[in-house]
Amino acid sequence: MSDLLEALLRVLVVLVAFLLLPLLVGQAEHKAMAHMQSRVGPMYAGMFHGWAQLVADGVKFVQKEDVVPRDADPAVFRIAPAVALLPYFVVMLVIPLGPGLVGQDLDVGLFFVLAVMGIGVIGTLMGGWSSANKFSLLGGIRVAAQLMAYELPFVLVGASVAMAAGTLSLTGIVEEWQPWWLLWQGIGLVVFFVAGLAELQRPPFDMPVADAEIVFGPYTEYGGLRFALFILAEYAGIVVLSALTAVLFLGGWRGPFEDSLGWLWTLVKTFLVAFVVIWVRVAYPRMREDQLQRLAWQGLVPLALLQLALTAVGVVATA
Amino acid sequence: MRFPGTGLAKGLAVTMRQMTRRSVTAHYPDALPDLPPRSRGVIALIEENCTSCMLCARECPSWCIYIDSHKDVVPATTEGGRDKSRNVLDRFAIDFSLCMYCSICIEVCPFDALHWSPEFEYAELDIRELTHEKDRLREWMWTVPAPSALDPHAEPAKELGAAEKAADKARAADLSAAEGAPAPPPPDNSAEEAP
Repeated sequence: MSDLLEALLRVLVVLVAFLLLPLLVGQAEHKAMAHMQSRVGPMYAGMFHGWAQLVADGVKFVQKEDVVPRDADPAVFRIAPAVALLPYFVVMLVIPLGPGLVGQDLDVGLFFVLAVMGIGVIGTLMGGWSSANKFSLLGGIRVAAQLMAYELPFVLVGASVAMAAGTLSLTGIVEEWQPWWLLWQGIGLVVFFVAGLAELQRPPFDMPVADAEIVFGPYTEYGGLRFALFILAEYAGIVVLSALTAVLFLGGWRGPFEDSLGWLWTLVKTFLVAFVVIWVRVAYPRMREDQLQRLAWQGLVPLALLQLALTAVGVVATA
Repeated sequence: MRFPGTGLAKGLAVTMRQMTRRSVTAHYPDALPDLPPRSRGVIALIEENCTSCMLCARECPSWCIYIDSHKDVVPATTEGGRDKSRNVLDRFAIDFSLCMYCSICIEVCPFDALHWSPEFEYAELDIRELTHEKDRLREWMWTVPAPSALDPHAEPAKELGAAEKAADKARAADLSAAEGAPAPPPPDNSAEEAP
């Protein structure tokens, strides 16, 4: 009975984090992006520097009418946002915050995470396919192409870290991590981050939702709460990608006073990476579809293979 | 030699530098804007200066000035003299929903009856309310700022030269009238000499 209770409690805590962290990142994006563009961003909601802007947005989305286009496939159309959002929740369950602070420690954590993260993209693809809209379909196809191109380097560098640590467990990887891995796995860090950005369809890889060409890609026909869920999925994706980058490449809770403040280190590293995600969005223009594919196949895949070779040499040399 | 990725780093540096600087946002409803002198907010009318000559209404490119007037007869002051007539302004209205703020009416007014005021907060919920009648236009006059000072060494205004000439003439007439009589105290002309 107490096992069940504990499991429920863990899920509840992760659920709260899952609902809270994306909002924090979203608000940080509002404000950081505004100041990077010499604006101030939201200022009124919540009376102090617009801290409640996203809450207000959420209330607005909830009030909107739930519209399903006449020609859409209603069942698929309705379930797509959930398919896009839930995988990130499941991933968040297995990402460790501290030595014992994890929803569920899995022996094959890395494998599980990489597999489940790919499902989120299926939700977007479902939305694009079922909307009965040419722009949605084009966006969905672009999502699929992007997923195919970037999943490969993403998984390859993930494998590189697993090889270096000699384990697939996320907790195990952090425990094996050494500061000099920053250099050894440096290429992997960059490739993982860039490929992750592309999988989240974040700028500069937001070709699937390129609003100047295809309205809003797969989300064109969505509105109200379902649209909000897609947006929440994007921000939950940022949190998950940042946390994974922090855990796999930046040493998770490792740092000064890691025994008492380990969880704080993980959070700080996660938010630093999330800030870079926002920063990159402001700094760079959107890539064209062909540039996007070229970067993946001619840039990231060879780099990932190089990293894999480098890791193999390192592992054999130090064994 | 150029390293690959310098452009990317430069892009990041630009945005980061921008973030550390103060934003340029004008916090309008909380802080009033710092408007330049001569900013064109609303047109004010000095009713007393207006002669209903209709020049402004005719020059207005968007036909947004409405003037109604009638002639008033002023009886002759002397026996057998002719009665005079003068224009009386009945209605002067500017429709600010049509006005394009070109300033032609103000330029063309020969009697300086129209002026720019920097006030701009006169939005209305009903478009018909944007037609300001002459009493409202007169009220705007209180918000018209004093004309900005001339640049140093600028040519003095024409009105000033004319006024000085008139003052000199009057003084000369005074002097010639007082001839023979004990000399009057010298006129204090420091005020006239100041530009």
